[in-house]
Amino acid sequence: MTSASVAAPPRMQWQIATVRAVVDETPRVRSLILDVPEWPGHRAGQHVDIRLTGEDGYRAQRSYSIASAPEAPDLAVTIERIDDGEVSPYLAANVQVGDRFEIRGPIGGYFVWTAPLGGPLFLIAGGSGIVPLMAMLRHRALVDSKTPTLLIHSSRGFEEIIFRNELERLATKEDGLTVYHTLTRRQPVGWSGGARRIDRDMLTGIGIPPAMTPRIYICGPTPLVESAARILSELGHEPGLIKTERFGPTGG
Amino acid sequence: MERDALTLDGNAAAGLLGELFAIEMTAAVATCDACGTSGAIGGARVYGGEMGAIFRCATCDAVIVRLVRTSRGISFDARGMRCLVVAEASA
Repeated sequence: MTSASVAAPPRMQWQIATVRAVVDETPRVRSLILDVPEWPGHRAGQHVDIRLTGEDGYRAQRSYSIASAPEAPDLAVTIERIDDGEVSPYLAANVQVGDRFEIRGPIGGYFVWTAPLGGPLFLIAGGSGIVPLMAMLRHRALVDSKTPTLLIHSSRGFEEIIFRNELERLATKEDGLTVYHTLTRRQPVGWSGGARRIDRDMLTGIGIPPAMTPRIYICGPTPLVESAARILSELGHEPGLIKTERFGPTGG
Repeated sequence: MERDALTLDGNAAAGLLGELFAIEMTAAVATCDACGTSGAIGGARVYGGEMGAIFRCATCDAVIVRLVRTSRGISFDARGMRCLVVAEASA
Protein backbone atom coordinates (compact mmCIF):
# COMPACT_ATOMS: atom_id res chain seq x y z
CA MET A 1 0.00 0.00 0.00
CA THR A 2 1.31 3.43 -0.81
CA SER A 3 0.61 6.43 1.35
CA ALA A 4 -1.65 9.12 -0.03
CA SER A 5 0.00 12.31 -1.08
CA VAL A 6 -1.80 15.58 -1.52
CA ALA A 7 -0.87 18.43 -3.82
CA ALA A 8 -0.79 21.69 -1.92
CA PRO A 9 -3.32 24.35 -2.97
CA PRO A 10 -1.72 26.97 -5.25
CA ARG A 11 -1.50 29.64 -2.55
CA MET A 12 0.56 27.24 -0.47
CA GLN A 13 3.16 26.57 -3.12
CA TRP A 14 6.50 28.24 -2.67
CA GLN A 15 7.49 30.73 -5.32
CA ILE A 16 10.32 33.17 -5.78
CA ALA A 17 10.00 36.76 -4.61
CA THR A 18 12.45 39.39 -5.82
CA VAL A 19 13.12 42.48 -3.73
CA ARG A 20 12.32 45.49 -5.91
CA ALA A 21 12.76 48.22 -3.30
CA VAL A 22 13.61 48.68 0.35
CA VAL A 23 12.08 51.37 2.57
CA ASP A 24 13.48 52.15 6.01
CA GLU A 25 10.54 52.87 8.32
CA THR A 26 12.39 53.21 11.65
CA PRO A 27 15.92 52.28 12.73
CA ARG A 28 14.78 48.70 13.34
CA VAL A 29 11.98 48.29 10.85
CA ARG A 30 12.06 48.08 7.11
CA SER A 31 9.55 47.46 4.35
CA LEU A 32 10.34 45.29 1.37
CA ILE A 33 8.54 45.84 -1.91
CA LEU A 34 8.39 42.45 -3.59
CA ASP A 35 7.88 41.20 -7.10
CA VAL A 36 6.04 37.91 -7.00
CA PRO A 37 5.07 36.88 -10.54
CA GLU A 38 2.16 34.61 -9.62
CA TRP A 39 0.78 36.65 -6.72
CA PRO A 40 -2.92 35.73 -6.46
CA GLY A 41 -3.95 38.84 -4.50
CA HIS A 42 -4.77 39.09 -0.82
CA ARG A 43 -7.05 40.58 1.82
CA ALA A 44 -5.99 43.08 4.46
CA GLY A 45 -4.67 41.31 7.54
CA GLN A 46 -3.26 38.23 5.84
CA HIS A 47 0.35 37.14 6.08
CA VAL A 48 2.97 35.34 4.03
CA ASP A 49 5.57 32.74 4.91
CA ILE A 50 9.12 33.59 3.85
CA ARG A 51 11.74 30.85 3.65
CA LEU A 52 15.47 31.37 3.43
CA THR A 53 17.87 28.62 2.41
CA GLY A 54 21.53 28.87 3.35
CA GLU A 55 24.41 27.75 1.15
CA ASP A 56 24.63 24.63 3.30
CA GLY A 57 20.96 23.86 2.65
CA TYR A 58 19.81 24.94 6.11
CA ARG A 59 16.33 26.42 5.94
CA ALA A 60 14.54 28.88 8.18
CA GLN A 61 10.97 30.02 7.75
CA ARG A 62 8.94 32.82 9.34
CA SER A 63 5.53 34.41 8.92
CA TYR A 64 5.29 38.12 8.15
CA SER A 65 2.21 40.30 7.84
CA ILE A 66 1.44 41.93 4.52
CA ALA A 67 1.58 45.72 4.87
CA SER A 68 0.20 46.74 1.50
CA ALA A 69 -3.47 47.11 0.62
CA PRO A 70 -4.96 44.59 -1.79
CA GLU A 71 -5.66 47.50 -4.15
CA ALA A 72 -2.04 48.71 -4.16
CA PRO A 73 0.03 47.80 -7.21
CA ASP A 74 2.92 46.50 -5.11
CA LEU A 75 3.13 43.75 -2.51
CA ALA A 76 4.92 44.95 0.62
CA VAL A 77 5.91 43.27 3.86
CA THR A 78 7.23 45.21 6.83
CA ILE A 79 9.74 43.51 9.08
CA GLU A 80 11.18 44.35 12.48
CA ARG A 81 14.73 43.25 13.16
CA ILE A 82 14.99 40.84 16.08
CA ASP A 83 18.70 40.86 16.94
CA ASP A 84 19.05 37.18 17.78
CA GLY A 85 16.55 36.08 15.13
CA GLU A 86 17.41 33.73 12.28
CA VAL A 87 15.55 35.45 9.49
CA SER A 88 14.74 39.05 10.38
CA PRO A 89 18.35 40.33 10.65
CA TYR A 90 18.75 39.46 6.98
CA LEU A 91 15.34 40.73 5.85
CA ALA A 92 15.37 43.90 7.95
CA ALA A 93 19.04 44.84 7.65
CA ASN A 94 21.18 43.04 5.07
CA VAL A 95 18.74 42.44 2.25
CA GLN A 96 19.43 44.25 -1.02
CA VAL A 97 17.41 45.17 -4.06
CA GLY A 98 17.47 42.23 -6.44
CA ASP A 99 17.77 39.60 -3.72
CA ARG A 100 15.50 36.59 -4.10
CA PHE A 101 13.92 34.26 -1.60
CA GLU A 102 10.96 31.90 -1.33
CA ILE A 103 7.51 33.09 -0.39
CA ARG A 104 4.05 31.51 -0.11
CA GLY A 105 0.66 32.99 0.56
CA PRO A 106 -1.50 34.82 1.19
CA ILE A 107 -2.21 32.89 4.38
CA GLY A 108 -4.93 33.25 6.98
CA GLY A 109 -8.61 34.07 6.65
CA TYR A 110 -9.41 34.93 10.25
CA PHE A 111 -7.54 38.13 11.11
CA VAL A 112 -8.91 39.89 8.05
CA TRP A 113 -10.95 43.03 7.49
CA THR A 114 -12.52 44.09 4.23
CA ALA A 115 -14.58 47.25 3.84
CA PRO A 116 -17.91 45.44 3.25
CA LEU A 117 -17.63 43.98 6.78
CA GLY A 118 -18.22 47.53 8.05
CA GLY A 119 -17.51 48.76 11.51
CA PRO A 120 -16.93 50.64 13.58
CA LEU A 121 -13.37 49.41 13.35
CA PHE A 122 -11.30 49.39 16.53
CA LEU A 123 -7.62 48.62 15.94
CA ILE A 124 -5.03 48.13 18.65
CA ALA A 125 -1.35 47.76 17.79
CA GLY A 126 1.78 47.19 19.81
CA GLY A 127 5.00 48.07 17.95
CA SER A 128 5.24 46.24 14.64
CA GLY A 129 1.79 44.79 15.35
CA ILE A 130 0.70 47.81 13.33
CA VAL A 131 1.63 46.04 10.07
CA PRO A 132 -1.52 43.98 9.35
CA LEU A 133 -3.64 46.83 10.73
CA MET A 134 -1.88 49.22 8.35
CA ALA A 135 -2.95 47.00 5.47
CA MET A 136 -6.53 47.44 6.74
CA LEU A 137 -6.16 51.24 7.00
CA ARG A 138 -4.59 51.45 3.53
CA HIS A 139 -7.37 49.27 2.14
CA ARG A 140 -9.96 51.46 3.88
CA ALA A 141 -8.43 54.60 2.36
CA LEU A 142 -8.05 53.17 -1.15
CA VAL A 143 -11.69 52.05 -1.36
CA ASP A 144 -12.86 55.39 0.13
CA SER A 145 -14.48 53.67 3.08
CA LYS A 146 -15.88 56.05 5.70
CA THR A 147 -16.11 53.31 8.33
CA PRO A 148 -15.61 54.99 11.72
CA THR A 149 -12.21 53.77 12.81
CA LEU A 150 -10.01 54.19 15.86
CA LEU A 151 -6.40 53.08 15.99
CA ILE A 152 -4.60 52.93 19.33
CA HIS A 153 -0.93 52.44 18.57
CA SER A 154 1.58 51.76 21.32
CA SER A 155 5.28 52.37 20.60
CA ARG A 156 8.32 52.77 22.80
CA GLY A 157 9.34 56.22 21.60
CA PHE A 158 8.42 58.79 18.97
CA GLU A 159 11.12 57.71 16.51
CA GLU A 160 9.94 54.13 16.82
CA ILE A 161 6.40 54.83 15.62
CA ILE A 162 6.13 52.75 12.46
CA PHE A 163 4.26 54.49 9.58
CA ARG A 164 4.07 57.71 11.65
CA ASN A 165 3.92 60.11 8.70
CA GLU A 166 1.49 58.04 6.69
CA LEU A 167 -0.81 57.58 9.70
CA GLU A 168 -0.75 61.34 10.21
CA ARG A 169 -1.74 61.89 6.57
CA LEU A 170 -4.53 59.32 6.75
CA ALA A 171 -5.89 60.84 9.97
CA THR A 172 -6.08 64.36 8.49
CA LYS A 173 -8.41 63.23 5.69
CA GLU A 174 -11.34 63.61 8.10
CA ASP A 175 -12.97 60.47 6.75
CA GLY A 176 -13.74 58.95 10.13
CA LEU A 177 -10.28 57.75 11.14
CA THR A 178 -8.84 58.68 14.54
CA VAL A 179 -5.26 57.73 15.43
CA TYR A 180 -4.12 57.77 19.05
CA HIS A 181 -0.47 57.14 19.86
CA THR A 182 0.85 56.13 23.23
CA LEU A 183 4.60 56.10 23.96
CA THR A 184 5.61 53.74 26.72
CA ARG A 185 9.24 54.66 27.35
CA ARG A 186 10.17 58.10 26.04
CA GLN A 187 7.93 61.01 25.15
CA PRO A 188 9.11 64.13 23.32
CA VAL A 189 8.67 67.51 25.00
CA GLY A 190 5.10 68.72 24.57
CA TRP A 191 3.81 65.22 23.69
CA SER A 192 0.02 65.22 23.78
CA GLY A 193 -0.64 61.52 23.25
CA GLY A 194 -0.57 58.70 25.76
CA ALA A 195 2.50 58.12 27.92
CA ARG A 196 1.97 54.60 29.23
CA ARG A 197 1.08 51.09 28.19
CA ILE A 198 -2.41 50.40 26.90
CA ASP A 199 -4.50 49.81 30.01
CA ARG A 200 -8.08 49.66 31.21
CA ASP A 201 -8.36 53.43 31.75
CA MET A 202 -7.14 54.09 28.21
CA LEU A 203 -9.47 51.54 26.64
CA THR A 204 -12.40 52.84 28.68
CA GLY A 205 -11.56 56.51 28.19
CA ILE A 206 -10.93 56.67 24.46
CA GLY A 207 -11.92 53.22 23.18
CA ILE A 208 -15.06 52.56 21.16
CA PRO A 209 -17.72 51.48 23.68
CA PRO A 210 -19.22 47.97 23.55
CA ALA A 211 -22.67 49.40 22.76
CA MET A 212 -21.36 50.37 19.31
CA THR A 213 -20.30 46.74 18.68
CA PRO A 214 -17.01 47.56 16.99
CA ARG A 215 -14.99 44.95 15.12
CA ILE A 216 -11.78 44.73 17.12
CA TYR A 217 -8.37 43.66 15.81
CA ILE A 218 -5.45 43.48 18.21
CA CYS A 219 -1.91 42.71 17.06
CA GLY A 220 1.37 42.89 18.91
CA PRO A 221 3.49 41.15 21.50
CA THR A 222 1.61 38.39 23.32
CA PRO A 223 1.36 40.18 26.72
CA LEU A 224 -0.14 43.31 25.12
CA VAL A 225 -2.60 41.26 23.09
CA GLU A 226 -3.63 39.10 26.06
CA SER A 227 -4.12 42.12 28.27
CA ALA A 228 -6.06 44.25 25.77
CA ALA A 229 -8.28 41.32 24.73
CA ARG A 230 -9.06 40.45 28.34
CA ILE A 231 -9.91 44.04 29.29
CA LEU A 232 -12.12 44.55 26.24
CA SER A 233 -13.93 41.30 26.95
CA GLU A 234 -14.46 42.36 30.57
CA LEU A 235 -15.78 45.73 29.40
CA GLY A 236 -18.52 43.82 27.57
CA HIS A 237 -17.30 43.50 24.00
CA GLU A 238 -18.57 40.37 22.25
CA PRO A 239 -15.70 37.82 22.24
CA GLY A 240 -16.55 36.90 18.64
CA LEU A 241 -15.81 40.48 17.56
CA ILE A 242 -12.36 40.53 19.19
CA LYS A 243 -9.73 39.10 16.86
CA THR A 244 -6.16 38.75 17.96
CA GLU A 245 -2.81 38.07 16.40
CA ARG A 246 -0.01 37.40 18.85
CA PHE A 247 3.62 37.56 17.84
CA GLY A 248 4.54 34.92 20.39
CA PRO A 249 8.08 34.15 21.47
CA THR A 250 9.54 32.88 18.23
CA GLY A 251 9.61 35.97 16.06
CA GLY A 252 12.76 36.73 14.24
CA MET B 1 8.84 30.26 30.02
CA GLU B 2 5.38 31.24 31.12
CA ARG B 3 2.61 29.51 29.29
CA ASP B 4 1.06 32.78 28.18
CA ALA B 5 4.22 33.88 26.44
CA LEU B 6 4.14 30.73 24.34
CA THR B 7 0.57 31.19 23.21
CA LEU B 8 -0.19 31.95 19.60
CA ASP B 9 -3.46 32.23 17.73
CA GLY B 10 -4.90 29.71 15.34
CA ASN B 11 -4.02 31.99 12.47
CA ALA B 12 -0.34 31.45 13.29
CA ALA B 13 -0.79 27.87 12.11
CA ALA B 14 -2.59 28.88 8.90
CA GLY B 15 0.43 27.94 6.79
CA LEU B 16 0.60 24.42 8.15
CA LEU B 17 -3.19 24.01 7.80
CA GLY B 18 -2.95 25.35 4.27
CA GLU B 19 -0.56 22.56 3.30
CA LEU B 20 -3.30 20.11 4.19
CA PHE B 21 -6.60 21.73 3.24
CA ALA B 22 -7.72 23.43 0.05
CA ILE B 23 -10.06 25.70 1.99
CA GLU B 24 -8.98 28.50 4.31
CA MET B 25 -9.26 26.62 7.58
CA THR B 26 -8.63 29.45 10.03
CA ALA B 27 -11.98 31.01 9.12
CA ALA B 28 -13.83 27.71 9.70
CA VAL B 29 -15.82 27.48 12.93
CA ALA B 30 -15.09 24.54 15.22
CA THR B 31 -17.22 23.30 18.10
CA CYS B 32 -15.21 22.14 21.09
CA ASP B 33 -16.17 18.62 22.10
CA ALA B 34 -15.43 19.31 25.75
CA CYS B 35 -17.46 22.46 26.41
CA GLY B 36 -19.59 22.86 23.28
CA THR B 37 -18.43 26.40 22.53
CA SER B 38 -18.02 27.32 18.87
CA GLY B 39 -15.28 29.60 17.58
CA ALA B 40 -13.13 30.21 14.53
CA ILE B 41 -10.04 28.00 14.25
CA GLY B 42 -8.07 31.22 13.87
CA GLY B 43 -9.21 32.28 17.32
CA ALA B 44 -8.14 29.08 19.07
CA ARG B 45 -5.06 29.17 21.28
CA VAL B 46 -2.16 27.58 19.50
CA TYR B 47 1.03 26.17 20.95
CA GLY B 48 3.73 25.03 18.61
CA GLY B 49 5.50 26.03 15.46
CA GLU B 50 6.57 24.86 12.05
CA MET B 51 6.76 21.21 13.06
CA GLY B 52 3.30 21.06 14.49
CA ALA B 53 0.67 22.80 16.52
CA ILE B 54 -1.74 22.03 19.33
CA PHE B 55 -5.01 23.95 19.08
CA ARG B 56 -6.83 24.57 22.34
CA CYS B 57 -10.34 25.86 22.87
CA ALA B 58 -10.23 29.58 23.69
CA THR B 59 -13.01 29.05 26.25
CA CYS B 60 -12.14 25.88 28.18
CA ASP B 61 -8.56 25.18 27.04
CA ALA B 62 -9.32 21.59 25.98
CA VAL B 63 -7.27 20.31 23.04
CA ILE B 64 -9.39 20.45 19.89
CA VAL B 65 -6.81 19.65 17.20
CA ARG B 66 -3.32 18.19 17.07
CA LEU B 67 -1.49 18.89 13.85
CA VAL B 68 1.95 17.37 13.54
CA ARG B 69 4.45 17.12 10.72
CA THR B 70 6.02 13.65 10.77
CA SER B 71 8.37 11.80 8.46
CA ARG B 72 5.31 10.07 7.00
CA GLY B 73 3.30 13.23 6.42
CA ILE B 74 1.10 15.70 8.21
CA SER B 75 -1.00 14.12 10.94
CA PHE B 76 -4.33 15.77 11.78
CA ASP B 77 -6.02 14.57 14.97
CA ALA B 78 -9.32 16.36 15.52
CA ARG B 79 -10.94 14.19 18.16
CA GLY B 80 -11.47 17.22 20.41
CA MET B 81 -13.62 18.89 17.80
CA ARG B 82 -17.29 17.94 17.63
CA CYS B 83 -18.15 19.75 14.42
CA LEU B 84 -16.55 22.01 11.84
CA VAL B 85 -18.52 24.53 9.82
CA VAL B 86 -17.04 26.05 6.67
CA ALA B 87 -18.78 29.06 5.12
CA GLU B 88 -19.71 28.21 1.55
CA ALA B 89 -18.04 31.32 0.15
CA SER B 90 -14.67 30.06 1.35
CA ALA B 91 -15.25 26.40 0.52
